[in-house]
Amino acid sequence: MVGLVTAIILIPLLGAVAVCTWPPSSAEATDRRKNGRAIALMFNAISFGCALALWRNFDTTASGLQFVERHSWIPAINAEYLVGVDGLSLLLVLLTSLIIPFAILAPPPPKGSRAFYATMLVMQSALYGTFTAQNFVLWFLFYEMSLIPGFLLIKIWGGENRDRAATKFFLYTFLGSVAMLLSFLGIYLAKGTFDFAALASLGKSGLLTGNVAWLAFAGIFVGLAVKVPLFPFHTWLPDAYQTAPTGVSMVLTGVLSKMGVYGFVRLLLPLFPNEIKIIGPWLLALVVCSIVFAPLAAWAQRDLKRMIAYLSINHLGYCMLGLFALTASPTLAATIDTQAALSGVFMQIFNHGITAATLFYFVGLLEQRRGLRGIDDFGGLMQRTPLLCGWMSVAMFSSLGLPGLNGFIGEFLIFKASFATAAVFTAIAVIGLLATAIVFMRAMQCLFSGPLAEGCGAFPDLLRSEKFVVVPVTLLMFAIGIAPQFIFNVFNTTVVQMARLLG
Amino acid sequence: MIAWTIYITFGGAVLALLLPRAFARWIALVTAIAGLALGAVVFVDTPIANLAHFTTIVSVPWVPVLGMNYHLALDGVSLTMILVTGISAVSTVLFSWDVEHRQNEFFFWLLLVVAGCYGVFLSADLFLLFVFYELVIVPKYFLIAIFGSTNKEYGAMKLTLYSFFGGMLVFVGILVAYVSGGSLDLNQLSQFDFSPQLQSWAFPVLFLGFAVLAGIWPLHTWAPTGHAAAPTAGSMLLAGIVMKLGSYAGLRVAMNLFPQGFQMWSKWIAVLAVIGIVYAAAVALRQRDLKFVIGYSSVSHMGFVLLGFATANALGVSGAVLQMFSHGVIAALLFAVAGRMIYRRTHTRQLDALSGMSLSQVMPFAAFTFVVAAAASMGIPGFSGFAAEITILIGAWKTYPIAVWIVGAGIVLVAAFTLRALKLSFFGDKEVEREIPERTTSTRDEFNPITFPEKIGACMLMLATLAVGVYPKLLLDRIMPAVETMRFLK
Repeated sequence: MVGLVTAIILIPLLGAVAVCTWPPSSAEATDRRKNGRAIALMFNAISFGCALALWRNFDTTASGLQFVERHSWIPAINAEYLVGVDGLSLLLVLLTSLIIPFAILAPPPPKGSRAFYATMLVMQSALYGTFTAQNFVLWFLFYEMSLIPGFLLIKIWGGENRDRAATKFFLYTFLGSVAMLLSFLGIYLAKGTFDFAALASLGKSGLLTGNVAWLAFAGIFVGLAVKVPLFPFHTWLPDAYQTAPTGVSMVLTGVLSKMGVYGFVRLLLPLFPNEIKIIGPWLLALVVCSIVFAPLAAWAQRDLKRMIAYLSINHLGYCMLGLFALTASPTLAATIDTQAALSGVFMQIFNHGITAATLFYFVGLLEQRRGLRGIDDFGGLMQRTPLLCGWMSVAMFSSLGLPGLNGFIGEFLIFKASFATAAVFTAIAVIGLLATAIVFMRAMQCLFSGPLAEGCGAFPDLLRSEKFVVVPVTLLMFAIGIAPQFIFNVFNTTVVQMARLLG
Repeated sequence: MIAWTIYITFGGAVLALLLPRAFARWIALVTAIAGLALGAVVFVDTPIANLAHFTTIVSVPWVPVLGMNYHLALDGVSLTMILVTGISAVSTVLFSWDVEHRQNEFFFWLLLVVAGCYGVFLSADLFLLFVFYELVIVPKYFLIAIFGSTNKEYGAMKLTLYSFFGGMLVFVGILVAYVSGGSLDLNQLSQFDFSPQLQSWAFPVLFLGFAVLAGIWPLHTWAPTGHAAAPTAGSMLLAGIVMKLGSYAGLRVAMNLFPQGFQMWSKWIAVLAVIGIVYAAAVALRQRDLKFVIGYSSVSHMGFVLLGFATANALGVSGAVLQMFSHGVIAALLFAVAGRMIYRRTHTRQLDALSGMSLSQVMPFAAFTFVVAAAASMGIPGFSGFAAEITILIGAWKTYPIAVWIVGAGIVLVAAFTLRALKLSFFGDKEVEREIPERTTSTRDEFNPITFPEKIGACMLMLATLAVGVYPKLLLDRIMPAVETMRFLK
């Protein structure tokens, strides 16, 4: 199965070309758009098939990278074309393969055209690349490659205020990337390698020393913290998520935010264990701020998209809590806790991707029907569209971490592990769970119950095409919530291996 | 076999949702009866000696990596709770027989609550218990928010937020137990020696989290509004079983895992319980809405449960478990009369309005039921309420003699508000403008006779409270040994 990983990266790019060049059935704008959508979906079906093939052939018991492809690329700086997957990469590849078609099926932006789908596909390719590259230069290339489609998608197809939001998104992320690049140059000059695995094995003995180490650490930390985002680097996020068209918001929160978490797991934790330990309590304090303040901010929002955007900060905060609690606490975490924390974080990555994307999808449906998305623009929907309300509440309950649905499993593991090592921070973070619940309960009350609001009288309930999207995703939420073992199997060995490395 | 109560009820819920409208209530009825029958068969079949320990029925690895097991177990306490769940479920379905509005969904949510309750009462794994415990919140919310009456959005929201708040504390408590005890298995954890220092703060967190759902003063305020807003079936289930989830889990988890913490805090539980009993009774005396009266009476009665726990002796705790059973039945009966028999026909629950209708003549059966329910609720000997409360008070006498005196005054208040409600609702002598004969007849015509399902449901509940009242040994024989093996008594 050599070449499968490269194929997965290339297929969406081919798709992008095809979307742009395929002769449309007619010159009508809507036809051209539908045409583009169909082609994009077709290529997504292929890449999804490849991802499944990857999963099927993936040996869940073997440690280390699989499907490795190594070619020399820029020998002058020791940069290789090195791609491969371990459990974590595979998980994220699967997540990307799920979320992108899901986003393409979401209500298109008003001026959507074929270029929109082509840009989405370029983004998809960049995401696959980021999650499979095992060499910093290659990884960084893909990482930056995702930035430009993201910028364009917001800038061209975004809603109100899109210029400002797109610029903010680009500047924040780009500054973070530059800081990260400089840090890696420093590391390269000291150690002469860009290979993730080689760097990780050096990390324990202290990669760099003195101030340089701190500089490098700060650069990478900021770069990744912006991407996740972690309080106080999060301010670009509500604007971007709010403005972006529904499908793009889904990808931004579902997959793009995971690049940051992925970076933390892959780069920062193995490379700088000592530095993290020293400033651990401060990092944990930032995380707890993310977890507690974000839902409070969400509570104050009137715009549904902005509300869910803030809740995303909170949910990714749980990931960060798990990661920092196991490395940053002064007490040494037991192996079992480290494993639980990593499993929880990976689980949360996957679950949040699905759940948050679903929530944005539903907000998109509401917006499509009503033309507005303020929380006050709706009311009494339960009378008019019971199915829409029912399925949307499942997504909401999943997001607030109700047992039996997917969100709970990851959060439980994270809290369990971080409680063992950082009890006080975790206890404060639990408030975030309650605040999230309040936000969702309020939203449900405003949207679903009460008298039927003005302008909601003619809402159609879920259409057949929408059901085809909603039902499988919801079933997946239940499946993970009730029998999570099949997801654990994907990354179990990787977790054990990483825990050994970090322990 | 008893595990099938959970599966059948979940299955029934799904069927009720998916099959055509006409089947929904029949499926609900069959499911509820099957659950009760299973409970009854196990009750008769299982030798009493086997009920002394929390004996495993099913244990299947769930997420083995993380030590989560699908582990169910049974002892006398949980069997008693299963039984009251079954009885409440059947009578609730009977009293919801003529629900017209979105029938499928209604019975779906209703059965989900019941299934979740069965799950909590049988869980022997902390994680599993928490899953079921939280699972009950959702259907409860929808039952009230969709099918409720007075101020339903507010009531549903308040109840759900209180539940989540309690759930948050429980979550922390479970994490503490898991992290320091290294297991999620209740039987293993109850052997583990947690350090006294840890217990001293972990116990109140966990217990308070559960007690929110049991309506502990001063976190009881969700109960009256929630009960009043809920549809009749919702109030019956809420007061009848859902409040018991809190007290049951407090006993099974908090007290059993952290016995030393319990000993440190038991006198404060007693204080809160006594305040709850007296305060709620006093407030109930001033209510104008019949459902609020009953809602506060529930808080007062649950105070007895907590007082029973606080006594920390076998008699008091067994009495508390008996009270959980007894109140489950009595509260269901009271809400059935207030919500279904009276409100459905008169469209008011205001005591002032009711007192002019001389309902006792119009609805003799309802009047009879309410008299029985009121008597049971007041603790007249011969009904289950008396058997339970006297056991609790004897237990309390050993530990907190002062509390018994104060509670004695509380019982007088309970009798006072119950009699007041009874008098105003059915035997009101207020002469209202009923002179015009047409109006009287038309009013009477609106009052459909009490239907057959209602009669069956009421008779079942009355029988249950009488049976336990006359022969409490039936349950106490099974509860006592189970309580005696619990760790906090040693």
